[in-house]
Amino acid sequence: MAMHEASPLPKDQRQDSPLVRRLLIAVVLAFLALFLLAPLLVIVVEALARGADAFWLALQDADVLASIRLTLLVAAIVLPINAVIGIAAAWAVAKYRFFGKSLLLTLIDLPFSVSPVIAGLIYVLLFGAQGMFGGWLQGHQISIVFALPAIVLATLFVTFPFVARELIPHMQALGNVDEEAALTLGATGWQTFVRVTLPNIKWSLLYGLLLCNARAMGEFGAVAVVSGKIRGLTTTMPLAVEILYNEYMSVAAFSVAAVLATLALVTLVVKSVLEWRYADDLAANHRPDRTRA
Amino acid sequence: MASLHPAVLPHDGPKASGLTGRWQALVPFRPDSSVLPGFTLAMGLTLTALSLIVLIPLTALALKAGDLGFSGLWALLTTPRVLAALKLSFALSFAAALVNLLFGVLIAWVLVRYDFIGRKWVDAAIDLPFALPTAVAGIALSALYAPNGWIGAVLARYGIKIGYTPTGIWVALVFIGIPFVVRMVQPVLQEIESEIEEAAALLGASRFQTAMRVLLPAIAPAAFTGFTLAFARAVGEYGSVIFIAGNVPMVSEIAPLLIVIKLEQYDYSGAAGVGLLMLAGSFAIILLANAGLALWGRRHGHA
Amino acid sequence: MSVAVQIDRVSKGFSTYPALKGVSLSIEPGELVALLGPSGSGKTTLLRLIAGLEQADGGAITFNGIDTRRLSLRERRIGFVFQNYALFKHMTVAENIAFGLSVRPRSQRPDRQAIQKRIDDLLDLVQLGGLQQRFPAQLSGGQRQRVALARALAIEPQVLLLDEPFGALDAQVRKDLRQWLRDLHRRTGHTTLFVTHDQEEALELADRVAILNQGLIEQVGTPDQVYDHPATAFVCGFLGEANRIPVEIKNGQALFRNRPLLSLKGTNATGGAELFVRPQHLKIDSPELAALAGDVTLIRRHGAVRRAEVEVQGVDRPLEVDLASAVAPDLGERIGLRVGQGHVFAGGLTPSFN
Repeated sequence: MAMHEASPLPKDQRQDSPLVRRLLIAVVLAFLALFLLAPLLVIVVEALARGADAFWLALQDADVLASIRLTLLVAAIVLPINAVIGIAAAWAVAKYRFFGKSLLLTLIDLPFSVSPVIAGLIYVLLFGAQGMFGGWLQGHQISIVFALPAIVLATLFVTFPFVARELIPHMQALGNVDEEAALTLGATGWQTFVRVTLPNIKWSLLYGLLLCNARAMGEFGAVAVVSGKIRGLTTTMPLAVEILYNEYMSVAAFSVAAVLATLALVTLVVKSVLEWRYADDLAANHRPDRTRA
Repeated sequence: MASLHPAVLPHDGPKASGLTGRWQALVPFRPDSSVLPGFTLAMGLTLTALSLIVLIPLTALALKAGDLGFSGLWALLTTPRVLAALKLSFALSFAAALVNLLFGVLIAWVLVRYDFIGRKWVDAAIDLPFALPTAVAGIALSALYAPNGWIGAVLARYGIKIGYTPTGIWVALVFIGIPFVVRMVQPVLQEIESEIEEAAALLGASRFQTAMRVLLPAIAPAAFTGFTLAFARAVGEYGSVIFIAGNVPMVSEIAPLLIVIKLEQYDYSGAAGVGLLMLAGSFAIILLANAGLALWGRRHGHA
Repeated sequence: MSVAVQIDRVSKGFSTYPALKGVSLSIEPGELVALLGPSGSGKTTLLRLIAGLEQADGGAITFNGIDTRRLSLRERRIGFVFQNYALFKHMTVAENIAFGLSVRPRSQRPDRQAIQKRIDDLLDLVQLGGLQQRFPAQLSGGQRQRVALARALAIEPQVLLLDEPFGALDAQVRKDLRQWLRDLHRRTGHTTLFVTHDQEEALELADRVAILNQGLIEQVGTPDQVYDHPATAFVCGFLGEANRIPVEIKNGQALFRNRPLLSLKGTNATGGAELFVRPQHLKIDSPELAALAGDVTLIRRHGAVRRAEVEVQGVDRPLEVDLASAVAPDLGERIGLRVGQGHVFAGGLTPSFN
């Protein structure tokens, strides 16, 4: 599609003049450098401000290690639950027609339009010391708020839509034909799901889980409200960043931040690779443009 | 494709459910006569999880805020500190979403239409604000824009202060809103056939006229949707803002922070009240936006 | 292994329209039947009902007298070839064909060698030997179609159902596969139904053709019966082309502007009607003698013959006339037309075709 400037052929009507093109590209790159690249750079520079040794030492602090373990634990609990719920929701929504479908879709998407702080708040209202079930829980010595259960619940809330959102458009596009074929060939419902549906949706499931994981490990607002920030016990990595930063332990704060930023970059790379390589196996809205010159 | 089959409307003959006629189709969450098994299990699981994780807790918020009553909520809303926080959150979110709208359309245009080295990676990097934990973004922006930071120090020489002022909040909100408009507009721009622009050119339109009168209307609904999403997200944003905000009551204190403060003071009803006001504001934005889009669509013939 | 299929007053409605309004059809064991009709006529719905992929609102479908409502999909043993084949794209050709055998309960599952033997036999049958390790994406359209057929045959179906089996293929591949499917049916003898909107395909392949329109069967018969003796105006118009001439029926004669055009046997109806005449059944005569006379407005090639358009006063659209190669009128010449054969459908009684 790109045409040589000296070409005697008529000018491509979609091509803007080189001056406009260069100007617009420059403006965009400058904007992105300021807002995306600079923050990333500052994290690296601040983390290494006292050298690589200080960086490694900061990460070996007992509380930091505990926060890494907690973050991994929360993700390990949240991901499988979200996978099951997401697949179930997508199966119900994409494979059948029923009255109330658009209401259900709106409800599934609801957590995306709720502030993370509110996501944390609602669990405190339910399970906090003065919450609706607070007295009962205290009487039975069950702790939910300021403990792992509330961190998991708040994380489940903010990540609730990710998997279903990825799977629904993909499964709708695939239709029911493969499943019908398997059923006419004598497969049971479970055989059909495991041997036909799951292989068809595996890349979009992975894509959804990838985004879900990034959010689960990085969630701050919701978790901050319910965790109580007990050091070494209920502090996730993003909370550790906050605590260290507020205590003016800049290198330590930025070291943990650098680990989280690396996670974000890895997520972006894997996500892009999935989009490039498995475009056909992802929901239509992620297919990169392949018609482009 | 079977999923495209219209919903069943039984005409005669008994149905297993005992319901006949068109009413069968109106029972919520009950499927048509598809042969695929597993609907009850899948729907049961979905509704259970949705209720336990999302709906019941959100109801708790409404109930708790209900303790205050209408007069209590009104009193809360008119408290100078609450009113200032809500005004600040909504006004700065709107201002940030406007920047996202302008630059979002521009970025989408450049990514779809121009080829340059590293385009693919720039494209991938757009989602960074989605992927980067908000607290990380918060301390990074704060380090950049603080009076002694890389950018803050330069601006300080000209007497401009960003970190720990409302302007800092606005910067953070611009950051987290970058992907919304880009990701909405990009696919629409890709779908526009080159014939459309060629036709405009053959009819005598200049390149600028084509962009303004043919392309812009085509991407306007998507851009507006992206704007609304960025706006709603910014209103609720917490992590990336609190580090750079300064958090001075009445000046640079956002509504979500107020909820946290009220919770720390064990003022559950107050926290729930502010939460409810924020949610009401966000949903009002989304509803208004959808109504606006529907109106626009009807007027332009693709409702 | 073939069964008789009995379809008894089956009805099915979707929320926006009734798809089938009480359809009955009986199919002999081993018969090859085409369900022919325009889109929206209900033919695919009928096929899916027989397969058990939809449930009827009323009526019954039986296999050898057994009510299929009592059978699970597995028990029905239907070989279904989907319109776009629905091959499992993550499985090889061999895995696709073996799928129906490998999902059986362990007690009924053939052993590995038996399955491999069945794959080899079927690949031979569909002439795809050597392709068993390929994936569907590596096959041509015609090859995919044959894999889909082999997969359906692997479960030794009682009934073979094909939904637009040639719809997605090029014209030439289509012709070859048609011939091949006919041979295959002769050899295997499955009771077979296929859905098509292509009348040529239906007439060439099927033992009998059922013509559907708006959820009803208009006519069932051998290809010759339905083509030569269409029961309704719709069938006449849908199978091949037909000129429509408004006539008056009186005393067993079809009159055009009070001049006899064709004598009708066994009719004692009277009143206005439409006479359907195929282009090859209009013969050129002198304009003075013939009841139909008009001006030649256009002559063009139409496949193997040449065709004239003749404008006749009192007929809405120009009549299409196939020309025997020797006689060729000039453009603008006034000619007469004689009707060799035609069909009358009394006005208002039969659905009109447009």
